[in-house]
Amino acid sequence: MTAEVRIIPDQLESGWRVRLLSWEMLLFGVAFAIFIANSFASPYFLNAFSLSDLTFNFCEKGLIALAMALLIVSGEIDLSVASTMALCSTLMGLAVQFGLGTPGLVLIAIGVGLLCGMFNGALVTGLGLPSIVVTIGTMSLYRGIAFIILGDQAYKGYPESFAFFGQGYVWWVISFEFTLFMAFAAVFWFVLHKTNFGRRIFAIGNSQTTALYSGVNVRQIKFILFCLTGIMSGIASVLLTSRLGSTRPSLAQGYELESITMVVLGGVAITGGAGSIVGVVIAAFIMGLVTFGLGLLNVPGIVMSIFIGLLLIITIALPILWRRFSWLATR
Amino acid sequence: MKQLFTYRETWLALAMALMIAAVNVRFSGFAAPENLGQIFNDTAILIILALGQMAIILTRSIDLSLAANLCFTGMVVAMLNAAHPAIPIGILIAVSLFVGLLLGAINGWLVWKIGIPPIVVTLGTLTIYRGSTFVISGGAWVNADQMSPGFVGFQREFFVGIPVLSWLAIISIVAFYLFLSRTALGRSIYAIGVNPTASVYAGINVGRTKFIAFCISGAIAGLAGYLWISRYVIASVEVANGYELNIIAACVIGGSSISGGIGSVAGTVLGALFLGLISNALPVINVSPFWQMAISGAAILLAIVLNARSEKKPGRIILKKAEVL
Repeated sequence: MTAEVRIIPDQLESGWRVRLLSWEMLLFGVAFAIFIANSFASPYFLNAFSLSDLTFNFCEKGLIALAMALLIVSGEIDLSVASTMALCSTLMGLAVQFGLGTPGLVLIAIGVGLLCGMFNGALVTGLGLPSIVVTIGTMSLYRGIAFIILGDQAYKGYPESFAFFGQGYVWWVISFEFTLFMAFAAVFWFVLHKTNFGRRIFAIGNSQTTALYSGVNVRQIKFILFCLTGIMSGIASVLLTSRLGSTRPSLAQGYELESITMVVLGGVAITGGAGSIVGVVIAAFIMGLVTFGLGLLNVPGIVMSIFIGLLLIITIALPILWRRFSWLATR
Repeated sequence: MKQLFTYRETWLALAMALMIAAVNVRFSGFAAPENLGQIFNDTAILIILALGQMAIILTRSIDLSLAANLCFTGMVVAMLNAAHPAIPIGILIAVSLFVGLLLGAINGWLVWKIGIPPIVVTLGTLTIYRGSTFVISGGAWVNADQMSPGFVGFQREFFVGIPVLSWLAIISIVAFYLFLSRTALGRSIYAIGVNPTASVYAGINVGRTKFIAFCISGAIAGLAGYLWISRYVIASVEVANGYELNIIAACVIGGSSISGGIGSVAGTVLGALFLGLISNALPVINVSPFWQMAISGAAILLAIVLNARSEKKPGRIILKKAEVL
């Protein structure tokens, strides 16, 4: 008997029809349609500088969404990201009062973000607590600490070189924020889709028990993902603080829900085990396009949120209904 | 007696009694019945909302849109009252219950009929409901001088020495207790949280039961909308912003398990009162209100760490060997 090597593909061979009907293509179509609609709706939209401004709308939330996508694929969630940002920003502001320079500030933000993520990760993986309640708790805790430090005050006086992160351009109209977002998107895409580590995340999301019995160190990987989400929150906090030029404890309020919306809109299953970084990146673009386009039309921010909410529910509902009706049709 | 100490409710009540006693050392009027009644009255809206949220959490769902529902419904009744002050208060309460029910039914329908996970549905409707508040009000506020005296005064009227707001909370507590422990529907809410598959075999319509849970909590959030607006006498888009997490926190501190099937009315009421007690005690002992958020965050974490131990059900795994295989 010869040993037969069977190759089990991690993705089924897909014809053009499957590829055309994939979630990413659907999202891309939606993004394209919104882009066209925007260019018709406002004469100010199709302009290199407008389009550059557009990217500022979603890069910070997008950076968090990238890490959040990995976390959600593994079956966990982190609601404390916005509070982590507020805490990072507050401690950066505190450090400025002691005359710390730009590199130190960035290190502080990333370090504090990492600590916040480690704390979440330790509670979830060490004590086996559900991540949704842990991070509801740390969400209050982290922002609460920011409030204790700062009260109703604000920190200003960031060094001039610090402004580059949120306001600088790498080349012509390509902003630093956008470059950073695309670079991280590439890294996260590689990690999730091309490495063993990424495959293990999918395995955990599909069945934690099976993954454990297959030799995957579930706790370790989840802990790393929480740390990663914390670090990304720290980086996003640098960008936002630099863009605004000041810190208040209420910074980035509501970012957690918007990042999760991006992830879910991007086709990541909220129950874990499925999703792609490409989808999340397109979803980030979609949310940026919708808010920026409506902004050009003088639609207030809170009304935009209706569109985002509808977009979320409709894009999730459509494929479910589609599957149901196509199943009925073939019967 | 010994058994009493196995309940987490007992420990939570003891912790609160200890807190009250400790604060009372500093400020002797704190433990006075009038002050405790005042704290209960302050927490009444949170208690009512937390009971609604608990019914949903029991079914393995979650509702992030309760605060947005409250905000929308509150705005509707406030605008109705401002435009037509002659409408009696009873009808306004009915309207608030109905509008809230409708918003809850939308959530429940999307969960039941379309099959979208509850957290995604309510994440979406959270922004939609709050945004719609802006649309119907045009961004304007409804101020105290636009509201009729009856609208504002109803919950402050005393009935047998207790304000109407507290009575409403007491009625909700009793109603929820009877509903969850004495009706078939209430028991099936627990059942589908403990084991959905077994519930289907037992003849329970899981989707419909979830739908009803969403409707109930929606109606309750609507009522809370009226109560909130008439208590703080201002209706705006910002009302109860972020409050959805306080509601969930009250449930979690009270011992509800986020994975469904575990939770009690007594625990949830104590959980809400615990948060209310903290926010009332801090100013008394001269702690800056800015500390409150961090303290309630720490309280939530402490509560769930303690919960985790009591939640491990010993009888769950019948065949340990089979489970491993």
